[in-house]
Amino acid sequence: MTAGPGTSSAVADERLVRVSPLRKLLGRPELGSVVGALAVFLFFAVVADSFLRATSFGTVLYAASTIGIMAAPVALLMIGGEFDLSAGVMVTSSALISSMFSYQMTANVWVGVFVSLLVTLAIGAFNGFMLTRTKLPSFIITLGTFLMLTGLNLGFTKLISGTVSTKTIGNMEGFDSARAVFASNWTVGGVELKVTILWWAVLVAIATWILIRTRFGNWIFAVGGEADAARAVGVPVIRTKIGLYLGVAFAAWVSGQHLLFSYDVVQSGEGVGNELIYIIAAVIGGCLITGGYGSAIGSAVGAFIFGMTSKGIVYAEWNPDWFKFFLGAMLLLATLLNAWVRKRAEATK
Amino acid sequence: MTAPKESSGPADTGRRALVELDHVSKFYGNIKALQDVSLEVRAGEISCVLGDNGAGKSTLIKIIAGLHRHDAGTFLIDGEETTLANPRDALDRGIATVYQDLAVVPLMPVWRNFFLGSEPTKGTGPFKSLDVRLMRQTTRSALLRMGIDLRDVDQPIGTLSGGERQCVAIARAVHFGAKVLVLDEPTAALGVKQSGVVLKYVAAARDAGLGVVLITHNPHHAYLVGDRFVLLKRGAMAGSHTKAGVTLDELTRQMAGGSELEELSHELERAPGPGPLGGLRDEDGTSG
Repeated sequence: MTAGPGTSSAVADERLVRVSPLRKLLGRPELGSVVGALAVFLFFAVVADSFLRATSFGTVLYAASTIGIMAAPVALLMIGGEFDLSAGVMVTSSALISSMFSYQMTANVWVGVFVSLLVTLAIGAFNGFMLTRTKLPSFIITLGTFLMLTGLNLGFTKLISGTVSTKTIGNMEGFDSARAVFASNWTVGGVELKVTILWWAVLVAIATWILIRTRFGNWIFAVGGEADAARAVGVPVIRTKIGLYLGVAFAAWVSGQHLLFSYDVVQSGEGVGNELIYIIAAVIGGCLITGGYGSAIGSAVGAFIFGMTSKGIVYAEWNPDWFKFFLGAMLLLATLLNAWVRKRAEATK
Repeated sequence: MTAPKESSGPADTGRRALVELDHVSKFYGNIKALQDVSLEVRAGEISCVLGDNGAGKSTLIKIIAGLHRHDAGTFLIDGEETTLANPRDALDRGIATVYQDLAVVPLMPVWRNFFLGSEPTKGTGPFKSLDVRLMRQTTRSALLRMGIDLRDVDQPIGTLSGGERQCVAIARAVHFGAKVLVLDEPTAALGVKQSGVVLKYVAAARDAGLGVVLITHNPHHAYLVGDRFVLLKRGAMAGSHTKAGVTLDELTRQMAGGSELEELSHELERAPGPGPLGGLRDEDGTSG
C-alpha cells in the first residue's frame, strides 16, 4: 500500500485517524493528576480567602518541593517496577550523618555533607544490591532497611549526643555557605521562595530528560514493564535497578541536607511515614504501582497537590487533623481517574 | 521459491553450518533435561525442533540463547567451539532469540521496543540522548522491508495482535544483523490465519539469508517451512530428518509416538480434520 513512493516517510497514513491534541493529552500519564490539581486549586481558592495570595503560593510551593524532590526519583523507581520504603527515614539518616560527623570531628560542615553523600549513596546501593542479589520483593528488602535505619537513627543519636536530637552546628565553619546551597530563601516580587523549589525543578527536569530521552530511561520503562524481556534483549537489568536506588539516595541526601541546614538541629525520629507520601505523589502523578508506566512531571504535580492540600487546610482555618483524610481520598480519586483515562485513551486509539 | 527446498536433500553441500550442537547435554542437579541432542543450523535454512511439553525444547533454546550453559557435548558457532556467557554474548555473536511471550514490553511504544537494548544515541558526554527521529524512522522502514505495514509506531506494542508482535520481534532480529534466529513457539497462541502470517515472515527471514531455529509442537507448521527436523522426547533425540527424508504423516506420527497416535487417529478420523492444505496455500503466497 505504502510501498510505492520511496520518500514517503513523512506522508500520513490514510488509516490513521488524525489524533486531536485533546486525545493526545488524554494519553499522557500526568493527565489525571493535572485535572486533580486544578480541582484542588479551585476548591481551596473558593473556600480559603488567603489561599490566592502570592505569599501563600510561596508557602505551598515550599511544601510541595520538600515532597517533590523525593517524589521524582521515587517515581522513576516505581516505573522501574520497585518500591523504596526506606526513602523517608533515609532523609533523616543523611541529615544525622552530616551533622554528627561534622560535630564529632569538628570539621568543616562540608566534610560532613560530603561524607553523608557517600554513606547515603551506599545505603541506596545496599537496597539495590540486596534486591538484585536475593530477588526478594523490594517491599520486603526496603521495609527491612526502613526499620534498620529507624533504629540506627535513634540509637546512634542517643549514643553520641545523649539525647534524641543532634547538637547545634550553626556556629561551625562552612555552615553559612552550606545553608545558602540547601536552605536559603530569596524574594521575587514580594514572595519569599525557598531554594528547595529550585532543587525540585532541576531534579524533575533531569528525571524527565533521563526518562524519555536517554537509553537509561528506555531501560527503566523496560525493567518495570517486563524485566525478563528486557534481560533477553540485552538490557542490564541489575545495573538499571541499582542506578534507580542510587537516584533515590541522592535525592534523600539533598532533602536531608535541607532538613539539617534549615533547622540547624535534627530530630532523630523524623521522616517515618514520608516514604508513603512520596509514593502517593508518584501514584497520583500517574505511575502504575506495577511498574512500566508513569512520569516524573506527574510526580511533581502529585507533590503540588500535596502542598496545596496541606497548606490549603491551614488557610481555610480548618483543623489540620483532617489532612490525612483528604490525602487518602485524593489518592483514591486520582488512581481511579488515571485508570479510567488510560482505559479510554487505549480504547480509542 | 521451491529451489531451496529441493536442494535441502541429504546430499546438500555448499551452505555452512552457522550453529551446530553435537551431542549436547544439560543437567539440572540430577535431572537430565537434555541428553545427546544434535542440531545443525545453516544460512538460508529453517531447522525445526519438535517436541511435546517437557521434551526439552526450552532447555535447548536457553542453551542457544546464552541463558544456560551446556554440561556436555560441543556447541559450535561458525565452526568454533563456544560456551556463551549470557544473552548479550549470544546477541553479539549474531544469535537472536524471539521468545513466545516475552519478546516485548507491552506498555512501551513499538519504536522503543524495536531498539530496546541497542538504542542509537547522538551527542556526547552527559548530553548523550536517544536519536528519537532515527529510531522512529528506522522502525517504520525496517518493518516495511519485512512487509509489515504498521499504522503507528507510537502505539504501545501491547495493542498489537500476537502475530503482529511476533513479526515485529522477527523484523527487529533481522534488522540488527542476526545471523541465526531462534523462534520459540511463534505460532503457539495464534489462530490459523495469524499463524500463516507469522510463518510467512519466518520464511522471509530465511530468504534474507538467516539460519532459523523454529521450535514448535505443531508438525504441520514445521513441515510447511522447515528444511530439517529434530524430534525431542523426554530430553533425548527421537529423530532427525531432512525435508526430503520424511513426510508430514511420518513426522506427525513420530512426534505423537507410534501406537498412541494410532488410537488417536482412529478417534479423530470421523471428524473432518484440519488438514494442512489451507496452510500450504499461505506458504505459496510467500513472496519474501
